[in-house]
Amino acid sequence: MALDDRKSRFTFVGTRPNRPDGLDKVTGRARFGADVTAPGMLFGAILRSPHAHARIVRIDTSKAEAHRDVKAVVTRADFADVPFKPGLEGEFWNVLENVMAGEKALYDGHAVAAVAASSALAARDALKLIEVEYEVLPHVTDVDKAMAPDAPVIREGAADYSVPEGMHPNVVRYHESGHGDVEAGFAEADLVIEDHFVTEATHQGYIEPHACLASLGADGKGELWCCTQGHWIVQKTCAALLGIETAQLRVTASEIGGGFGGKTTVFIEPVALALSRKANRPVKIVMSRSEVLRATGPTASASMDVKIGMKKDGTITAAQGVFRLQGGAFPGAPGDMTAMCAFAPYNLTNVRQVGYDVMSNRPKQAAYRAPGAPMGAFAVESVIDELCKKLGLDPIEVRLKNAAREGTKASYGPTYDRIGLVETLEAAKGHPHYSAPLKPGQGRGVACGFWFNHGGETSVSLALSEDGSAQLMVGTPDIGGSRASMALMAAEVLGIPYENIRVTIADTATLGYNDVSHGSRVTYASGLATIKAAQHAVEKLCERAAAKWGIPVDAVKWENGCAVPSGPNAGDFDPLPLAEITADMGRTGGPISGHFEATPEGAGVSFGTHIVDAEVDPETGKTSITRYTVIQDAGKAIHPAYVEGQYQGGAAQGIGWALNEEYIYGEDGRLQNPVFLDYRIPVASDLPMIDTVIVEVPNPGHPFGVRGVGETGIVPPLAAIANAVSNAAGVRMRQLPMSPPRILAALKGNG
Amino acid sequence: MQYHRPASFAEASDLAAHATGITRFLAGGTDVLVQLRSEIVTPDTLIDIKAIDGVRDIARHADGSWTLGVAVTGAEMSEHPQLGREWPGVVEAMDLIGSTQVQGRATLTGNLCNGSPAADSVPAMVAAGVTATVTGPAGDRVVAVEDIPTGPGKTSLAQGELISALHIPARGASGGDAYLRFIPRTEMDIAVVGVGVNLRVDGDTITEARVALGAVAPTVLLVEDCTRALIGTTLDHAALAALAAAASAACKPIDDKRGTIEFRTEVAGVLAKRAAKIAYARAKGETA
Amino acid sequence: MTKHHVTTTVNGDTVEYLCDARETLLDCLRDKLNLTGAKEGCGTGDCGACSVTLDGRLVCSCLVLGVEAEGKQIETIEGMARDETLHPLQRKFIDHAALQCGVCTPGVLVAAKALLEKNPDPTEEEARYWLAGNLCRCTGYDKIIRAVLETAAELREAS
Repeated sequence: MALDDRKSRFTFVGTRPNRPDGLDKVTGRARFGADVTAPGMLFGAILRSPHAHARIVRIDTSKAEAHRDVKAVVTRADFADVPFKPGLEGEFWNVLENVMAGEKALYDGHAVAAVAASSALAARDALKLIEVEYEVLPHVTDVDKAMAPDAPVIREGAADYSVPEGMHPNVVRYHESGHGDVEAGFAEADLVIEDHFVTEATHQGYIEPHACLASLGADGKGELWCCTQGHWIVQKTCAALLGIETAQLRVTASEIGGGFGGKTTVFIEPVALALSRKANRPVKIVMSRSEVLRATGPTASASMDVKIGMKKDGTITAAQGVFRLQGGAFPGAPGDMTAMCAFAPYNLTNVRQVGYDVMSNRPKQAAYRAPGAPMGAFAVESVIDELCKKLGLDPIEVRLKNAAREGTKASYGPTYDRIGLVETLEAAKGHPHYSAPLKPGQGRGVACGFWFNHGGETSVSLALSEDGSAQLMVGTPDIGGSRASMALMAAEVLGIPYENIRVTIADTATLGYNDVSHGSRVTYASGLATIKAAQHAVEKLCERAAAKWGIPVDAVKWENGCAVPSGPNAGDFDPLPLAEITADMGRTGGPISGHFEATPEGAGVSFGTHIVDAEVDPETGKTSITRYTVIQDAGKAIHPAYVEGQYQGGAAQGIGWALNEEYIYGEDGRLQNPVFLDYRIPVASDLPMIDTVIVEVPNPGHPFGVRGVGETGIVPPLAAIANAVSNAAGVRMRQLPMSPPRILAALKGNG
Repeated sequence: MQYHRPASFAEASDLAAHATGITRFLAGGTDVLVQLRSEIVTPDTLIDIKAIDGVRDIARHADGSWTLGVAVTGAEMSEHPQLGREWPGVVEAMDLIGSTQVQGRATLTGNLCNGSPAADSVPAMVAAGVTATVTGPAGDRVVAVEDIPTGPGKTSLAQGELISALHIPARGASGGDAYLRFIPRTEMDIAVVGVGVNLRVDGDTITEARVALGAVAPTVLLVEDCTRALIGTTLDHAALAALAAAASAACKPIDDKRGTIEFRTEVAGVLAKRAAKIAYARAKGETA
Repeated sequence: MTKHHVTTTVNGDTVEYLCDARETLLDCLRDKLNLTGAKEGCGTGDCGACSVTLDGRLVCSCLVLGVEAEGKQIETIEGMARDETLHPLQRKFIDHAALQCGVCTPGVLVAAKALLEKNPDPTEEEARYWLAGNLCRCTGYDKIIRAVLETAAELREAS
């Protein structure tokens, strides 16, 4: 089907209606994690380790317990009693160990105890009454140092089968993949460049700190309200950690004030439930910003070596990369993802990639928009830029020459289906930005990025009301306007106006399991399920019409919101609108609903190309971003305004990561910048307008052609900006963030 | 924490003189509340001085000098029709602190008494020759701004003493001031380096100059070598080079999360040149 | 410890509360008056999600003590719409998709309203600097700035 035909067949999809939660969010009435209360509610607070690595010798909570405002104190001992599900292991054990330290505090900010008291102030004051005796241990926070032979061991036996023998115990997972013969490929090259790259850990920086309101009784029945990207994983995890049955814990997702991957696990929720069970009252916990930065899940930091060989005509002959990622005191750093994504945009004969997952004394990393991919792209796209420069080649032409297409064997193994990388590169080449003149002191950078995208377990229900309106229940928290997208897709199938559909994020008691809102999966997977659920309802609507008309159901079809005879032989009946069928539904067979549940597999990989102009002050090393253009394949943009929003947000986060954001640890292993004053996310005056181009190469795996768009937008910026800055400054920047002291030092070294 | 709202400086001084534990005065609160919320400093006694008569006043005297009340906010300074024309460097330095929201609360006096070596307004005030009236149990005394902070978080004010007014000298003829700071973003950061320059010209020749550096030593530095580099010059290339060298030479910075020793030292010279050019243009009545 | 009795005006209503001297105006708005539109994103005046006006002046309510509100006039996001009629900024933010998660939105709107009252014709740069204390992590600010500038243009035409 030609692209134009696809576009023209949509009535609602592709339009830009107002979001259903807009009014609530501009008037302050939307209820986020910290915005609810319960009768008899207590306030919880968490005591955190001031040490990067320490044995917990003794915790004395008696003074806190004796305080009249304190109603409960919990430590790890309150989680050990799990009669229903004894013997936590695997990721549940890791999460428990992370939300409440056991024998050791593993990073600055690691939770060691918690209290519930009658006011937030009383709870905070009570923490000071808890005495903890620590035996401070040697620590390590740097990835390369954590792999060195003399590094302190975070935890023996954490490594899995994949790790080759002889590696330090802090190396806990190993990935290696590729194809061809890279040595032969390098021998064919006219120029081979190998370089070392470093990125620091960054935080998702969502503006809403984690917050929850928990209620759990001795009967094992609980209620939990929290800001999360996925309340079923919260339900499952909390039930496991507290030793209750999953179905007995009902979890409701609040409005969520940003997540970007950081709210895909639990931190305070099990603690609040434990406090509530002990106090027998509801308990609310709200993190402070410094708790968010110290003790939730930032990204991994990375140390990388990339080597690429190129012919004079721009053909890449071989590529290889080693990617070492530090992900905090637990397994999980996405070294495998970095490795698999790094060369994914290119059609390579010879490619080899290695990824390491390394533990250190930092908080357990969490997902952050295409986790792992931006770091690898930074290294790879920087080397490609340098090769282009040395060989006098145009960076977009070289990328086009080597671009992966339909049928290309991907660097990580599979063969690509229909993909849109070439289309983004062509759009970049033809964009006025790419040919606009630069002023003195400015440089331009280009980079490509890739992300897998994800399907995941999905369940959606749709119920029609007598008046012909529809309520749609989805299980993926709305982190970027997805309620609007779902309503558009349902409207498209049902043929009723967008405004007549109310989309609700169902709680865990009212819908089957739904995977987290991650992996850019919501518009794809919940969207697919919404379409199928609406089609399911349409089948029933057609059955009612068939019964009314006395004709077979296969003689009825659905058009523009009405049942109509499928052809001249089916009979001569006036179109029967949806609202006329639902008006009688109680008498014609009962309520009409649609449902769909599946784990869709056709998410469709995604590519983007970014163009950025940067200006560097040669006397201070200060960079300003003067122009930015995002070009990305959306497959099909359901609500283009929110697709643009994802592109712009990803670029802005990438700008922060590239220029100023970083976790800074002192010699003592403590985080030195756990406030927004010094964890410097971009402010409005730091950024230009961010132009967007939505490329639409339909995904064959989705009925409307959707590809997820949430994550790919953060993959190219680090590299694109590094290329722009390097071109502006005349010196290659290989370490992020490219803060002014680093740039000035590089300029001095160059001069 | 005890909260007091005295009606006079004498009462405020008396409260502070007799308080035990940690005492803080509350003007704009943009440092006090941050330290309170972060549990860095939880005062036992908090004395809110905003109910005292005249603390919000900006007064220009007949001789052209100015008195600023201790609770005058950055926003009020920026909005004043004449203050910024005479002392643009002082007003701009104050205006650089924090966001619009912070400007609605933050005060010059608070910025000074917080004792941060990176305080933006302090180099500008030192360059301008601002003085403070200090009220204490023994009465009032007038102190140069550069003598108030004694180190990070520390001041020369004794128990029971507080600043009750700030005085900016008369601008006078052919004078101009400027303040520039370096931050990695465009807003919201603490200065990595700050430079205040205040000078006077006779024709094209600089006759008076004061240069103060922030964030490059435990306290703001008034650098006499910078003055010497400027006086008698027309701010030509050699003078600018000498100024930059003197500014860099005066730096005794530290490496920290905001900048390195090398960076601060280098950029102090760069900003000194840039600020001097602006102040010079202003002194000559040119727009800058 | 004795608490302070505070009488103040919020969105035109006279309200009273008891607070500890350490509690901020934001704590009092949210926990005592149940006005949860202002958010605590940082508690240190760096994010602007708690923006309100205090006697007409834009401030972070996390940097004001509850006890300081005595006798003041406070305006919050909850007072921005007049009954059913949204403020033009609120309308424009919805129309232009100038919010994603929406948690910074109340603060941004309160700050933007203060901007337009002071400067009805801001440049893009002026709007960006005025709003530099309102962190948004979702939008990259693009659609926010456009919505503010277009509202300003619309208000100028209407007046």
